[in-house]
Amino acid sequence: MADALIIGEITDGAPASATLEGIAAARRMGAGQVAVLLPGADAASAASAAIAGGADIVYTIVDGPAADGEFDALVDAAQAAVTLSGARYVIGAKTLTGRDVMPRLAFRLGTALASDCSVVSLDDSGRLIATRPVYGGNAEASVACLGSVAVASLRPKSVDALEPDTSRIGEVSPLAFEANVRTRVLERVEEAGEGVRLENARVVVSGGRGLGGPEPFDSLRELANMLGGAVGASRAACDAGWVPSGYQVGLTGKTVTPDLYIAVGISGASQHMAGCSNSRTLVAINKDAGANIFKEARFGVAGDWQKVLPAFMEQLHELMG
Amino acid sequence: MTLHIVVTAKQVLDPETPLSAFNVADNAVSTAGNIPPVVNGYDEQAVEAALRIKEAHGDAKVTVLSCGTDFALDVIKKPLAMGADELVLLQDAAFENSIDPTMAVAALTAAIRKLGDVDLVISGRQASDWDNAQVPLGVAESLGWAVATIGRKVDVQDGTVRVERVLPDGHETVEAPLPAVVTVSNELGTPRYPNMRGIMAARRVQPTVWTVADLDLDGTASPAFELVSLKKPERAVQTEMITGDDDADAGRKLALRLREERVL
Ligand SMILES: Cc1cc2nc3c(=O)[nH]c(=O)nc-3n(C[C@H](O)[C@H](O)[C@H](O)COP(=O)(O)OP(=O)(O)OC[C@H]3O[C@@H](n4cnc5c(N)ncnc54)[C@H](O)[C@@H]3O)c2cc1C
Ligand SMILES: Cc1cc2nc3c(=O)[nH]c(=O)nc-3n(C[C@H](O)[C@H](O)[C@H](O)COP(=O)(O)OP(=O)(O)OC[C@H]3O[C@@H](n4cnc5c(N)ncnc54)[C@H](O)[C@@H]3O)c2cc1C
Repeated sequence: MADALIIGEITDGAPASATLEGIAAARRMGAGQVAVLLPGADAASAASAAIAGGADIVYTIVDGPAADGEFDALVDAAQAAVTLSGARYVIGAKTLTGRDVMPRLAFRLGTALASDCSVVSLDDSGRLIATRPVYGGNAEASVACLGSVAVASLRPKSVDALEPDTSRIGEVSPLAFEANVRTRVLERVEEAGEGVRLENARVVVSGGRGLGGPEPFDSLRELANMLGGAVGASRAACDAGWVPSGYQVGLTGKTVTPDLYIAVGISGASQHMAGCSNSRTLVAINKDAGANIFKEARFGVAGDWQKVLPAFMEQLHELMG
Repeated sequence: MTLHIVVTAKQVLDPETPLSAFNVADNAVSTAGNIPPVVNGYDEQAVEAALRIKEAHGDAKVTVLSCGTDFALDVIKKPLAMGADELVLLQDAAFENSIDPTMAVAALTAAIRKLGDVDLVISGRQASDWDNAQVPLGVAESLGWAVATIGRKVDVQDGTVRVERVLPDGHETVEAPLPAVVTVSNELGTPRYPNMRGIMAARRVQPTVWTVADLDLDGTASPAFELVSLKKPERAVQTEMITGDDDADAGRKLALRLREERVL
């Protein structure tokens, strides 16, 4: 039995960072016993890292469609884990998998998902309070979950994982459940990106419609290379076909949290900011001094990127030797 | 046999509304002035996907379902002008857009059941601004149908639907048996513009209107959430504008300033 259940994922043989963040969120809100569902071939070995990260019980699934990441089976597994654990609070993450699995799980449990939360807490009567940024961070909404089970998903990287404590002990048990897979994956094609992955980059240089075409992205690539970073883009630049859609940062693109985010020729629409507003330092270059991006940026230059950027890069070159 | 495709379309605030037009006060978000609503952009893509299937399939019918309290008819008729066959408005005071997708899911589910012969539901991947992307998944779960999300290509063949899904770094093809629910994304391509003939035809169509009573809903689906607070977050950012003799000079000063702050 547990009070909270984290719908976990495994990446590279270990609990995903979003999963460790979910465990931490449950612990911090004082939920009591925390169980984690870990589907994946490496679940047995990943379980000890989950326990060190704050879990009391780990349900593992090491083979079959759920371990392979089939969404239908994951929903079935999650539902079984909720029943088995008796958890009142179910927490997942807004990852690629969580986007599909968490809402479906919530509806199966007769409720709806409090999605994309930055904070979860409990109120005096034990109701889960989910807080999320809305309107691209221009407002913040808190809702109380009313049903007998509360289901929430956390925006990745919005809470810190706990310091691992390898002396913690916990229970590991394989989960038995029945999977009913209807939507099957026939083929998966990876479009290998070059260089640093956007999601993990410490520096991101993004371009928007203001760049005017695909060629200027070469300058952004050069700048990103200088700084060991990656190139991103606004949806306008992706939709124009200047860069592949994998570059898109924002509400419907990638969420990035680099130390430095440089936005060039991007107006700062709320949907774009939703993907980069947690960057440590945001720098904007835009010729319109009234652009919204300057409301969010730490440093701004109101000017034409064609003049600002080359000089910026030249100076940078000098500084970096 | 006629393939019956339902497209769900939501009337939303124009997402291009400048942020400065939004007011957050008294636990509500309002907009200044009279900003006309639009059909949720992804839902226009859903219409486009349905029309492409209809063209490929020949014998198909496209019904648009929209749920809300009141509609701007010229706005919500756009899918008809694009080429959809029928429009059913689920209109009732109980269908107020709220923090809770429960009611929209219940209403759309009931309407799809009432239509009876639906093979495929196509929805936008999400409604603008909230990034909830729950309603179509909820409808699929309520109906017990298969689901595939974020498609950029949707094909129907021999009682199955094949969807090319957009992934962050690539794509995958999935297949599901009909009936099924599919959501589509902007990668599907620009939706067609209504032509003059479509617009004239749409003008003549009277939408069917179904209320809570028509849908056999008791109108009191138990809510999942209660709003506790809605407020403007404290803005921590102090923007420092870097200026110089000219744009190039400002660029150089920016590099120096970032170095000074140890950002670089
Ligand atoms: C549901 C939904 C989801 C969305 N999801 C996303 C998303 O995930 N990511 C995203 O980015 N957008 C998203 N959008 C789109 C978003 O609303 C904006 O339309 C988009 O971000 C605008 O891109 P942009 O800033 O590049 O273009 P614009 O808004 O056109 O801005 C271009 C900027 O470039 C500046 N500029 C022009 N020339 C120069 C020059 N020579 N030098 C310097 N500056 C110059 C201009 O002043 C302007 O500010 C979404 C929209 C919706 C409705
Ligand atoms: C505090 C708070 C305040 C909120 N206030 C508002 C608000 O003022 N306005 C607002 O719009 N949302 C608001 N929301 C979001 C709200 O909770 C619902 O989640 C949301 O309206 C339903 O989900 P969605 O519209 O994001 O649909 P999604 O699930 O994102 O929609 C996906 C697709 O489902 C279909 N669909 C969804 N709804 C309908 C419908 N009614 N008719 C036909 N098709 C539909 C469409 O095809 C759409 O593309 C608020 C949320 C919170 C937490």
